[in-house]
Amino acid sequence: MAKIVVVTSGKGGVGKTTTSAALATGLARAGHRTAVVDFDVGLRNLDLIMGCERRVVYDFVNVINGDANLNQALIRDKRVEGLYVLAASQTRDKDALTQEGVERVLDELSNDFDYVVCDSPAGIERGALMAMYFADDAIVVTNPEVSSVRDSDRVLGILASKTRRAEQGKDPVREHLLLSRYAPDRVNKGEMLSLEDVGEILSIDLLGVIPESQAVLNASNAGVPVILEDDSDAGQAYADAVDRFLGQERPLRFVDMPRKGFFGRLFGS
Amino acid sequence: MNLLGYFRSQRKKSASVAKERLQILVARERAQRDGPDYLPALQDELLEVIRKYVAVDQDAVHMQVDREGDCEILELNITLPEDDAPR
Repeated sequence: MAKIVVVTSGKGGVGKTTTSAALATGLARAGHRTAVVDFDVGLRNLDLIMGCERRVVYDFVNVINGDANLNQALIRDKRVEGLYVLAASQTRDKDALTQEGVERVLDELSNDFDYVVCDSPAGIERGALMAMYFADDAIVVTNPEVSSVRDSDRVLGILASKTRRAEQGKDPVREHLLLSRYAPDRVNKGEMLSLEDVGEILSIDLLGVIPESQAVLNASNAGVPVILEDDSDAGQAYADAVDRFLGQERPLRFVDMPRKGFFGRLFGS
Repeated sequence: MNLLGYFRSQRKKSASVAKERLQILVARERAQRDGPDYLPALQDELLEVIRKYVAVDQDAVHMQVDREGDCEILELNITLPEDDAPR
């Protein structure tokens, strides 16, 4: 039985797809068979971030409707062994994701994989609710910014009440905070919420902090999950987060500014 | 903090403003979320009654349900304006 992990946030543009791609790639690189599924019906994007957009033949909705089977629709990653992508459909029919259909596909994936990573769309509509519904673990991607924190709290409320685990009275979905686009210099200047601030407000376990980094855009330009950029700060921060997700201890990195010299402290702003 | 910054920034840092606003907002939204379904309607109606007599803001009524053991406590906080002249 696979563990089902949803990557969610409520707010758009905070880094859900970047995180889904990095997490799935990291899990597969650690030797776990992993499928990553794009739930953003109508606005498919995960395939681009994973760099397999030209290999999409069948998608999630095709599998739900029985137009294709999973083996036909799963795209095997060429870089990492045991990593597969299931693309979202470009159909505009938002009702295409039926609960029974999603359950059937996730069940089938569960037999074959160790982890199924569900990349949620923004918002709290059907696609997002379906991505969350069957989850065992949730990674809530949050930017240190007021609207993102508020939306994350909203999503935490949904995870606690509108998921299968909640409805069946099982152990609750395990919630993990992933703070992304973090700028330690701005935190030091008092211009950005610190990780302690966000942790205090949302009060969930911190999985990792991803620094604001040029590497993220560079990687997405190239269609490479940023975690494969081993030399980059964001790549290393994601690698740490994946290790923590798998139960290893990793100290937080990239959350402090390098210490300035005497003149920097005197005259820097 | 550096020397120039010390003299420059007497006003409150924006991050701490953000934190305060979020703490208040999140606490309120959680209270609504965890409370019974009738809570928002009750709040609206109470506000309406209060407004008949006192001009209060939408935010002036704060309601929260707490549980202590078997006991449920409905806490109602109404902030009256400084000059409470009737409308």
